[in-house]
Amino acid sequence: MRKTLLAASAALLLAAGPAAAQQKTIKIGFVSTFSGPVAVIGNNMRDSFELALDHLGRKMGGLPVEVIYEDDGFKPEVGKQKTDKLIESDKVDFLTGYIWSNVLLASVKSALDSKTFIISANAGPHQLAGEGCSPFFFSASWQNDQTPQAVGHYMNQKGVKTVFLIGPNYAAGKDMLAGVAATFKGKIVGEELTTWPAQLDFSAELAKAKAANPDAIFVFYPGRAGVQFLTQYAQAGLKDKIPLYTAFTIDELSLPLQKELALGVPGAQQWVNDLPNEANKRFVADFEKKYPGKKPSFYGAQSYDAAMLIASAVAATKGDLSNKTAVQKALEKADFKSVRGDFKFNNNHFPIQAFYLQDVVKDAKGDFVLKTIATIVKDNQDAYHGKCPMK
Amino acid sequence: MTLFIEQCLNGLQFGLLLFLLAAGLTLVFGIMDLVNLAHGSLYMIGAYFAATFAAWTGSFVFGAILALAATLLVGMVVEVVAMRRLYGRDHLDHVLGTFGLILFFDELVRLIWGPEGLSLPLPLWLNSPIEILPGVQYSAYKFSIIVVSLIVAIFLYVLVMRTRVGMLIRAGASNREMVGALGVDIKLLYTLVFGLGAALAGLAGLMQAPILTVQIGMGESILILAFVITVIGGIGSIRGALVAAILVGFIDTLGRAFFPDLLRLAFTKEVAATAAPALSSMLIYLLMAIILVVKPEGLFSAGGK
Repeated sequence: MRKTLLAASAALLLAAGPAAAQQKTIKIGFVSTFSGPVAVIGNNMRDSFELALDHLGRKMGGLPVEVIYEDDGFKPEVGKQKTDKLIESDKVDFLTGYIWSNVLLASVKSALDSKTFIISANAGPHQLAGEGCSPFFFSASWQNDQTPQAVGHYMNQKGVKTVFLIGPNYAAGKDMLAGVAATFKGKIVGEELTTWPAQLDFSAELAKAKAANPDAIFVFYPGRAGVQFLTQYAQAGLKDKIPLYTAFTIDELSLPLQKELALGVPGAQQWVNDLPNEANKRFVADFEKKYPGKKPSFYGAQSYDAAMLIASAVAATKGDLSNKTAVQKALEKADFKSVRGDFKFNNNHFPIQAFYLQDVVKDAKGDFVLKTIATIVKDNQDAYHGKCPMK
Repeated sequence: MTLFIEQCLNGLQFGLLLFLLAAGLTLVFGIMDLVNLAHGSLYMIGAYFAATFAAWTGSFVFGAILALAATLLVGMVVEVVAMRRLYGRDHLDHVLGTFGLILFFDELVRLIWGPEGLSLPLPLWLNSPIEILPGVQYSAYKFSIIVVSLIVAIFLYVLVMRTRVGMLIRAGASNREMVGALGVDIKLLYTLVFGLGAALAGLAGLMQAPILTVQIGMGESILILAFVITVIGGIGSIRGALVAAILVGFIDTLGRAFFPDLLRLAFTKEVAATAAPALSSMLIYLLMAIILVVKPEGLFSAGGK
C-alpha cells in the first residue's frame, strides 16, 4: 500500500514537473525615474505600461506577467546598477523603460552581454543605431536625431534662414542639435550646451541668443527644465521677437505648468493624443478613465507600445523565450497595433515612422492641450541605419 | 557691449540671490556654530508658501509677504523643536540631524503639495522686459530681484552694524560664552537669528520660484553654492558673504557666457562645446581652492578668536 502511494506521488510529481515549468511567468524589468523632480515622467510611463497590461488581460501568450519597476534616480550609474540587478538576481526576460540616453548608454552593455532583450521606451542615442546596433536592442520610440530633423524640415518650410540652438550637455542633447543641423538648410548662428541636469538658469544663453538676433531659436529641454526654459524665454522678452521651435520640450506633463507660455510654440512628435487610429483612441480614453485627472503623454504612448511589442513576441513564440533568434525575429515583425498608427522596424531595430507637427491650443474646457497640425515627414528612417551591419 | 552689460546684470542678479541664501547660512554657522544642511529646505518652503499664498490672494506681492512671514515662523519653530537639541554637539551630529530635516521637509512637501511641483506666475508688470539703459532691454523681474536684494543687503548691514541686536549678533560670532555670561538671553537671540536666516532663505526661494518653478529638492543644488560662498567670504561675516556671492555670481554667469568662445579659439568646435560647460562650472570651485590656500579663514573673517 505504502509502495503504491509512493509510486503514485512520484508519478504525480513527475507529471506536475513539466507542467510547472510551462506555467512560468514572463518577467519584465522596467527602469525609469520614479523619484525627484522628473518622477512625473516615470510615473506616467508606469501608468501607461500598467494600462497596456490591463488591455492584455495581464497575460502575454497565455502566461502571467510580472513587472519589476526600478528607479534610476535620474542617474546613469544608478540605472546601470538597477539594470544589473534585474538581469542577475531577478533574471528578467525583457528590460524596458529608460527615459534618458545617458542612463540607457550606461545600462545597455549589461543587457547585451547577457543576451537580455532591451526595449527602449524613450531614449534613442545614435550610438545604438549605427555600428553599435544589436540583435538584442529594440526601440519603441525613435532615434534621438529623428525628431529634431523633422523640426529642421519644418523650419525650412517656414522660411527660417538663421537659427540659434540651445540644449543640455549630455548624449541626447548633442544628438538633438546634430539632428537639426542635418536637415536645416539655413545658417546656424550659435550653439549652446548647458550643464545637465544642474543648470536651470538660462539667462546667459538667452542673452547670447538675443544678441545673435536669429530668425528662430531651437530648443530641447525635456522634463521640468522645459518649463523653466519657456518661463525665462518669456521673461527675457523674446516671446514676441524670436520664434521658438522645440523638440521634447512641451508635452502633457509639462503643459500644466507652462500654460499660455506654450501657446503657439510648435514642436515635432511621432505621437500626439489626437491621432485618429483605433488603438490610440482606446489608449487615450482608457488612460483618462483609469487615472482621473491625468493625461497620457508621448512617454506613456511609447511605454504602451513597448508592452504590446513584448506581448506580440511572447505570443508568437508561444512563451518559449529560450530560442533567442526566434524571439528576435518575432520582435522584428512588430506584429501589434501601435498607438501611433503604422509601426515597422528598420534593419537597426529603430522604427520607421511619421513625425507630426504639434501645437498647443486651448480646448473647450479651457485646458491647454496638444493638437496635430500636419504631417512633417512620412516613413522617416534615422540617419545611422546604413552603418548598422544587421540586415 | 549690450550683451556684456546684460551678462553682468545676470551675474549680479544671481550673485545677490546667492547672497540672501548665504547670509542666513553664514549667520547661523558663525554665531551658533551650527552646520545647517536644511537651509536649502527653508529656501524650498519659502517658494512653496509663495506659490500657495499667491494663488489664494491672487496677488504676487501679497503672496510673497505672507510667505516671508510664514517661513520666518517655520524657521523659529524648527529652531525651538529641532536645532536646540544640536547645540554644543559635534559637527557630525549637526550634519546628520539637519540631513534628516532635509528628508523630513522633502517628504512633508510631497504629502502636502504632491510630487508634481507648482508654478508661480508673475504679474504682467514684472513679466515683460524694461529698458534700463538706452538700448539695453532687461527682464523687469530680474531687475527687481537686484533691487530687492540690495535693499535687504543694506537692511542687514544696518541691523548688524548699527543696532543693539546686531551688536549682540556680532558679539555672539566672536565669543558666544562671554555673551551668555554677560546675561544676554542667548536662547532668544539664537531663535531670532535662525528665524532671520530662514526668512532670508525663504526670500531667495520665493524670488527664484517664478524663474525656476517650484519643486521638491530645489534647495539642494543651490545650497552647495551657498556653502562655497560662506567659505570664500569667511564664516560669520555678512560683508564677506556679499562680496563672495557677487564674485561667484559673476564668475558663474560670465564663465558660462564667454568661456566657450575663448575655448573655441584654442580648440576645435566639438571639444569646446563639450568641455566649456564642464570647465565653467568648475571655475567657482577653483576660486574656492585658491582662497583656501591663500587665506584659509576666508576673505573677511568675522571671529577674532
